[in-house]
Amino acid sequence: MKKTLALMLSLAMAASLMTGCVSSRGDNSGGDGTGSSSDGAQQTSGGEVNVYNWGEYIDESVLEDFEEATGIHVNYQMYDSNETMYSMIAGGGTDYDVVIPSDYMIARMIEEDMLEPLNFDNIPNFADIDPELKNPEYDPENLYSVPYMWGLMGVIYNTTMVDETDLGSWDLLWNEKYADDIVMIDNSRDAIGIALKRLGYSYNTTDAAQITEAVDTLLEQKPILQGYAMDEIFGKLEGANAAIGTYYYGDYLTMVENNPDLGFYIPEEGTNIYVDAMCILKDAPNKENAEIFINYMCSTEAGLKNCEEIWYSSPLLSVREELDPEVSSDPYAYPDETIMAQCESYAGLPQDILDLYDSEWTRLKSASVS
Amino acid sequence: MRNKWLAAPYVGWMALFVVAPLVLVVVYALTTRDGSFTLDNFSNMLQYTSVFGRSFLLAGIATVLCILLGYPMAYFLARERGRLRSMATLLIMLPMWMNFLLRTYSWVFLLERNGFFNTLLSSIGLPKLDIINTEAAVVLGMVYNFLPFMVLPIFSVIVKIDHRVIEAAQDLGANSVQVFRRVIFPLSLPGVLSGVTMVFIPSVSTFVISRLLGGGMSMLVGDLIEMQFLGSAYNPHLGSAISLVMMVIVLVCMGIMNRFGEGEEEAVLL
Repeated sequence: MKKTLALMLSLAMAASLMTGCVSSRGDNSGGDGTGSSSDGAQQTSGGEVNVYNWGEYIDESVLEDFEEATGIHVNYQMYDSNETMYSMIAGGGTDYDVVIPSDYMIARMIEEDMLEPLNFDNIPNFADIDPELKNPEYDPENLYSVPYMWGLMGVIYNTTMVDETDLGSWDLLWNEKYADDIVMIDNSRDAIGIALKRLGYSYNTTDAAQITEAVDTLLEQKPILQGYAMDEIFGKLEGANAAIGTYYYGDYLTMVENNPDLGFYIPEEGTNIYVDAMCILKDAPNKENAEIFINYMCSTEAGLKNCEEIWYSSPLLSVREELDPEVSSDPYAYPDETIMAQCESYAGLPQDILDLYDSEWTRLKSASVS
Repeated sequence: MRNKWLAAPYVGWMALFVVAPLVLVVVYALTTRDGSFTLDNFSNMLQYTSVFGRSFLLAGIATVLCILLGYPMAYFLARERGRLRSMATLLIMLPMWMNFLLRTYSWVFLLERNGFFNTLLSSIGLPKLDIINTEAAVVLGMVYNFLPFMVLPIFSVIVKIDHRVIEAAQDLGANSVQVFRRVIFPLSLPGVLSGVTMVFIPSVSTFVISRLLGGGMSMLVGDLIEMQFLGSAYNPHLGSAISLVMMVIVLVCMGIMNRFGEGEEEAVLL
């Protein structure tokens, strides 16, 4: 999803929080510049669409292709975590049409009535989506979302610094042998989730005692950590500045290109399978253009380009066929049932548990390490 | 009288972008998610005392280090003349022409385990410097980023000290240590005070430095507030309450300091 750039972006956003500053990609002609162009099935009248996506999560040339094909101008903005995106939208004053949150965040946004049901007549390419990913738990009737990318989380380690016998479990992240060489993921859902899984609990537990117990183990882990990181992990692992981290498989494929010593495994306790899906916000100013955009992103051409740029797993069946067989047969990119059986996705959580996550996360992050 | 209107744009600007947001902060701090009045946001804050303590401690250390490094520098700079002085002033200002984020980011690469310094150290056979993601690295980042704000005010006060006062002290038999202690240092205090303000306040409220150089391991008040608005915990009401308390504490600190430097109004004005 995201590289160091996204951190910069979020900081820049923090600076312009209340003003909701919008910088548009390319020129500012907005609507009527290029006029309309008909392209097969799609008849459009230009206009614009405001897209809010993860940083480093697209092949940018796809946006140009889209503008050329439809005459719709794209205003493209990025965020670095689901929580940042949620804060920006919940804070108000934004006018995004399309957002691409992860599963559990979609469930929360549906619950809070922040999303608009999609008109699937305008998204014929939805037919190409893997049936396994349709009607998911976070959107049971599949009214609000169209999958964009998906993947697995796992442990990334440096083969020259970690003994092979220590691999296999989430315990590696708690192994004192590697004190000061471990970098933990820096967001509440993933970090607490890892601790829950390690204890044998579900990611989606609503038992406050289990969540508190999980955070207690994270507090035990904190003194042996080198730090917490999101996209900073790229520099840490690629430069061998840390030996162990936990991140997404798609990003591992990017990292291993820069440092062939890196390895990846799925812990035996199980891991998270996530889906990031395209949604349209309630009262979006350009709903129809947003649906045209979503449809375009589900075309084989766009899907293939994106996939080859960011290496996350594509939900599009046609893309999987076109991909290099070496990629499409990669067991972690397109896992079989045995691996899938170890995976659990994040579901939406009730408000009181979300509040508990927030206060427990703050308890962990504000604790002193002596 | 007519000239008064010249201030109108400024007053309008301040009202719109300073006063109005402050009012919003107060309103948010005193309400719950559904808009009813509450003081819970303040009582909930007690659990974050350690975060406040850490912020003030680290910012305090950074401020003291800035005085220790910055004062001698400003002193010698003020005694220099001509080209050397303008060159040195330029060198102090130069880093400030570059973006604050980029400068802090570059320290990450310098201090990283296999970063520039450690590669250099190990190539000449010295042990590695392992301070990335520690509080020491955070303090280093603060000192690096805010040192110019200490040097420049002290410099500009020392440079304005009437040389005849110093000569008078020498005529009366003071040696150079006494001249410094009894004359120059007291006269330069306003500069020190304004330097302290300009270093301490940004240090105590920073969140970028602790996030980048501290690796999220030692949370400061700035991080805590940022988390409530953009981070993992979305609670602008709590965030506003923390900001408000922070502002009051800083105001009190400044008040005490100004009392300490009574009669030296320039301190704040500078």
